[in-house]
Amino acid sequence: MSDMVSETAERLFSAPRTDDGEGGLSQAFWAQISDAGLPLGLLDESAGGFGLTAREALSIARIAAAHAAKAPAAETMLANWILANAGLDLAEGPATIAFGLTLGKDLKLSGELQRVPWGRDAASIVLLTQDRKVIHLSGGWECRHGLNLADEPRDDLIVDCTLRPGRAADANFDPKTYLALCAMLRVASISGAAQAALGLTVTYANDRVQFGKPIGKNQAIQQNLAIMATQVAAACAAADMVAAAFPPHAANEAIFQTIAAAAKLRAGEAAGICASIAHQVHGAIGFTHEYQLHPLTKRLWSWRDEFGSENHWAEEIADAFFSEGDVTPWDFLTRQD
Amino acid sequence: MNQTTFEPAPSTSQFASLRKEVRDFLEETLGKHYPAAEQARSWTGLDTGFSRKLGARGWLGMTLPRKYGGHQRTALERYVVVEELLAAGAPVAAHWIADRQSAPLLLHYGTEQQRIDILPRIAAGECYFCIGMSEPNSGSDLAAATTRAETIDSGYLVNGTKLWTTNGHAAHYMTLFCRTSKAEDRRGGMSQLLVDMTTPGISVNPIIDLAGEHHFNDVRFDNVVLPSTALLGQEGDGWKQVMGELAFERSGPERFLSSFALLAELIRVVSAAPDRHSRRAVGRLLSHLMVLRHMSRSVAGMLERGENPSLQATIVKDLGAVLEQEIPEIARSVAPVEAEQGSTAPYASTFARTLLAAPSFSLRGGTREILRGIIARSLDLR
Ligand SMILES: Cc1cc2nc3c(=O)[nH]c(=O)nc-3n(C[C@H](O)[C@H](O)[C@H](O)COP(=O)(O)OP(=O)(O)OC[C@H]3O[C@@H](n4cnc5c(N)ncnc54)[C@H](O)[C@@H]3O)c2cc1C
Repeated sequence: MSDMVSETAERLFSAPRTDDGEGGLSQAFWAQISDAGLPLGLLDESAGGFGLTAREALSIARIAAAHAAKAPAAETMLANWILANAGLDLAEGPATIAFGLTLGKDLKLSGELQRVPWGRDAASIVLLTQDRKVIHLSGGWECRHGLNLADEPRDDLIVDCTLRPGRAADANFDPKTYLALCAMLRVASISGAAQAALGLTVTYANDRVQFGKPIGKNQAIQQNLAIMATQVAAACAAADMVAAAFPPHAANEAIFQTIAAAAKLRAGEAAGICASIAHQVHGAIGFTHEYQLHPLTKRLWSWRDEFGSENHWAEEIADAFFSEGDVTPWDFLTRQD
Repeated sequence: MNQTTFEPAPSTSQFASLRKEVRDFLEETLGKHYPAAEQARSWTGLDTGFSRKLGARGWLGMTLPRKYGGHQRTALERYVVVEELLAAGAPVAAHWIADRQSAPLLLHYGTEQQRIDILPRIAAGECYFCIGMSEPNSGSDLAAATTRAETIDSGYLVNGTKLWTTNGHAAHYMTLFCRTSKAEDRRGGMSQLLVDMTTPGISVNPIIDLAGEHHFNDVRFDNVVLPSTALLGQEGDGWKQVMGELAFERSGPERFLSSFALLAELIRVVSAAPDRHSRRAVGRLLSHLMVLRHMSRSVAGMLERGENPSLQATIVKDLGAVLEQEIPEIARSVAPVEAEQGSTAPYASTFARTLLAAPSFSLRGGTREILRGIIARSLDLR
């Protein structure tokens, strides 16, 4: 099953596309993603999924990122998981996740949600409100367009609607857990984009000739690429680490938060180092719009700041640690296992 | 580019009771308040009494077969014990090399007699090893080793000098890497010999390190006669055997926990009122350690399955050394202190010891540049 999913994802996301606009989702592309069942990747079989492990399901996000795919595959996968857990209907189209607002009397909902991934394309928004409700919105917002560096939609949504009954449920988790789940998606994506950037950079170093030999024969470049490889390995390990802790259970919610936090921090750090080395090795060609390094590095630069930067998560982890008072650092580390 | 990925790490949660046993044992043997500056010796603290106690508890030679005095436990159980010892800064140096790499080496390449003679004593914490690889003119370039073992009627005649030999003064045996014949290929003609350190003609001379301490030595071989049974593995296979040994030498949690005592001290010092700077630093360091532990457990899983983790071990060692060396720099930025060896203030003395040990983290066991060269080769750049 797992191989099938990666193969499907690889085939789907690596195919050249001509229907990509400047931001925004191609309907034809989404139809393929949806037909392949990828939006259900994180669900249990009982909830309509395929019984993948989290690592297998998150490989969809990793592979999509490696090909700089323009689609909210990862977001929809998680949105559906949140909906299924809250006992709400699954999304029927592309879905996204947002945080904020408070559900008013008579199921009224209004206010602004900022920088919602793929907001303009989402048929469903899974909203985690401040009063700890999970809400499945499928209309009733206006969209103000925005983009991240990689031209992925990050839109502000102005919501004003009355919910239909059966569209809200009490959240099963602490609000921080939802943010940690979103961070988990970005860790998987960072690992994929960083790995792809390494592949591209190594190939370039072997092909580009200066002073009569491939630049990759120079030790200075080899050493930098080795550093990049260790950072890619760390990002991939971070992705595996958080996948192994998924799904969060009531008993380990705090542990899941800490593991996701550590993973996002580590992957975010790797993202910056990898982007920097990839550009240095590529020289001027990598600085052009034409050459296909920037879709990867722009994603790395954007994703490390989305759903919590390194500093954000460092403080969260430190707070979790210091708030306990008498726990030693070693206890703290080993009880995450 | 799959070479740089790690298999998912196996969980060690099923070994929680083993972890607890080790912690209880450590508290009992080292006391509740084993000084931080002692802990900061990490795996260079030597205490043969401690090693024997560990052996008596069955925590040495853990993965060896019972018939050689071992305990037939898994590589993961050994991992749990080892990381608990390191995290506590227990004085493990006496048995460290023997347990980590000499025992697996003997198990793999030793003769039955060598195994029967030595492995049970390693498992008991009574028999210690040193590694004779480096020489005055052969450091990173190991194939440049010139120590020679000539074949004579009774065995071998050895001449040469080994350098930087950690615990040469405390070891019962050395695994000696030397030339046994001329070869076209400079890596050919090398062999490993098992050297009884009491053999006449061997002299061990201390070299004092920058902290003023005696850990490593220069070991001279002056017409040393070894029996032919000293050969370890196959004559001429020394290079291959040593490379296999390095997978064990580089793979463990000691490659990222060397500064752990300082991190724990730093946390103690700032914990009363952690400001934003210290929270960011502590949160970041804990995150790095979590990911490194995950990677290191993945390596243990590979060892468990009989796979060769040398590349993964190399990656963990390089990332680990960077982190270990960062910790003193971060400590002084978060909680400024003037380092003082032997200070009664635990933070200042722990800081001093870690700072003075730090340069070695990216030298011993293969330098940073050499490790990165290995990684670059795995990327098909060399
Ligand atoms: C604390 C400690 C304990 C040790 N214990 C032991 C032991 O028990 N047994 C043992 O056999 N050895 C031991 N060593 C020795 C250790 O293995 C060597 O220090 C190491 O292999 C490097 O050799 P070297 O010191 O001669 O440095 P060199 O090889 O001379 O290197 C000096 C510098 O040049 C760099 N360099 C060398 N070649 C290249 C290259 N091709 N490309 C780029 N840079 C290069 C190195 O990375 C390093 O930065 C120990 C060392 C230390 C510090």
